[in-house]
Amino acid sequence: MTDKASHKNIPESPLDAERRAFLKIGLKITGVLAGGSILSLVSNINKAYSLDLFREKYPYKPHYAMVLRQDRCIDCEKCMKACIETNHVPDYGWRTKILKRDLSSALDQKWEFIPILCNQCNNPPCVRTCPTTATYKDKTNGIVQMNNKKCIGCKSCIMACPYDARYYNEEKGAIDKCDFCFESRLSKGINTPACVEACPSDVRIFGDLSDPSSRVFQLVHQLQRPVWVLRQEIGAKPNIFYMKG
Amino acid sequence: MADSGKKRFLPHIKSAFERVLSGGWIYLLFVGLFGIFLLIGIGAGIHALFIAGSRHAYATSREIPVAILIATYVFFVVASTGLCLVSSLGHVFGVENFLPLAKRCVYLAIITILSGFLVIGLEIENPFRMAIYNVISPNFSSNIWWMGTLYGFAVVFLTIEFILLFNEAHHHKAVIAGFLGVITEVAANSNLGGVFAMMHGRPYWYGPYFPVYFILSALITGCAFILFFFFLAHKAVNKKPFMESTQTALKAVSKLTLLLLAVMMIFTAWKVLTTSVGSPAAAAAALSVLTEGPYSFNFWTIEILVGMVIPFVLILASRGRNLTVMFIAAVMMIFSLFFTRLDMVVVGQIVPQYFEVGVVEYSKLHTYSPSIHEILVVLGGISFCLLAFLLGEKVFSGFADSPQTDIMKEKTTDVAGVEELT
Repeated sequence: MTDKASHKNIPESPLDAERRAFLKIGLKITGVLAGGSILSLVSNINKAYSLDLFREKYPYKPHYAMVLRQDRCIDCEKCMKACIETNHVPDYGWRTKILKRDLSSALDQKWEFIPILCNQCNNPPCVRTCPTTATYKDKTNGIVQMNNKKCIGCKSCIMACPYDARYYNEEKGAIDKCDFCFESRLSKGINTPACVEACPSDVRIFGDLSDPSSRVFQLVHQLQRPVWVLRQEIGAKPNIFYMKG
Repeated sequence: MADSGKKRFLPHIKSAFERVLSGGWIYLLFVGLFGIFLLIGIGAGIHALFIAGSRHAYATSREIPVAILIATYVFFVVASTGLCLVSSLGHVFGVENFLPLAKRCVYLAIITILSGFLVIGLEIENPFRMAIYNVISPNFSSNIWWMGTLYGFAVVFLTIEFILLFNEAHHHKAVIAGFLGVITEVAANSNLGGVFAMMHGRPYWYGPYFPVYFILSALITGCAFILFFFFLAHKAVNKKPFMESTQTALKAVSKLTLLLLAVMMIFTAWKVLTTSVGSPAAAAAALSVLTEGPYSFNFWTIEILVGMVIPFVLILASRGRNLTVMFIAAVMMIFSLFFTRLDMVVVGQIVPQYFEVGVVEYSKLHTYSPSIHEILVVLGGISFCLLAFLLGEKVFSGFADSPQTDIMKEKTTDVAGVEELT
């Protein structure tokens, strides 16, 4: 009791009062900044679907997607050549590629070929990380596109992409990536990407996943053969599906 | 009006110039040397970006798109946050022992951010677009945007604080600017950690570890920079004995360093242990690159031994009194911290993206060795920092007559007053 009374009698140092006032201001500012940080943690793109729900919800119309029937791929690389010619891809870059898996211990086929390209993710890490919205998810068709004039070349999107789908294009002065041939074909009324048209064994099936009459919808929705995506654990919610048969 | 401005500032500029010239030939030799390296670094960066093309001049690739230049940027801006935080303990939060550090620390915090900006400016392909589209087309979901913007604001606040610190009449305004500086620095630093932590495509970085680690690492870097630059400033540049209050401050910094190093060792141990069991295969593979692969020398010898264990023993042995031993510990820590940043940036990307898919093209770890252009840009950034330090010591007269010394006296009187009352 005596101690408390004696503490009350001690005059507060003006510096302490000043500091307390500053700390109050500081707390308010912290609130504003924390708000900003929280905003940066919440992706506004992530309004799509989880893989479990991919048969039910498609946030875009048309919701462009591709199914790759990988056991049909013969590594002829016609898709790669068509892509290079159509989109003027330089020799140091690529938009699509065919990976090879060694199956030498298998009884029949000794190699498996896996075509890869931008997965046009519904939760794209590249779009979240881009500081200037130079790369963005098209609100209509869901294609991850580039606005070259805004690209500062920080390359954080290359770093963020789980599918190695991006490279810096010197000629464009911006990052380049697969856009399902939107700029070169889809926007001009041609309804398939060049790689799909070039494939002789019908590996690549392209279409609107929100349209029940499309082949992609029917392949993704059939239950006889398994359908999967690459690197599912990343949680990017890709729109490139793989299957066999 | 212009004439009166000239009359007001010209004598100051003239006397500052004279102080620089009076530094002696060794001082001027180093000023010249760092100036030349700075120009070479800027030249190398401009050549890489606008003439040769970064694809040819820098060793970065599609697989490892950012490397030593980003690591250097991280090194400097994290140091800036640390300097700002440690110095703010005194002049913003009122811990008396840290008061004499204020002016030089704020100056160092400014020049380290600028060093970082210089290096990243020579790394980004289109720096001019950045100046425009960061403002007119911001992405509020991007940690990079927040980090860059907040560090930009931090420079402004710290510069205002630094100017105000020279005028005792504006002391309380300096504290407000200092407080804003601390808040923006910490938020920027945390978002820098977030740049890596939010990349769910990179399992080694992904998760809440790095934003927390970056704050801790910033404090350690700040302490190491303080021990390093205060020693150099007094022993080599100004050749003045330490004031007792400065010695007490450095002793307090050394104690803080010990605590932080201990925490860092625990942090690192748990990062290694948790990643080595049950984490995504790509994260475990990246860790094994660090602990038993091509980066194991960097990790065990440079990061752990040179950066943590030996400095801990040296600082403990110095008992906060032997400033030379503390300086040696600081040199080792700074050297180690640079490689720690490089290891973090490169190892996070060294495991190929389709590693777990088991395909031929992505079955081997990526490799990276810096190019001559990159090394020159890094040396340019380091030279800028050292040059600005050397010039700052003379231009601002060794940061003497800090109003903080008076505040400390004031505080001491207050405490004495309280004691009398009780």
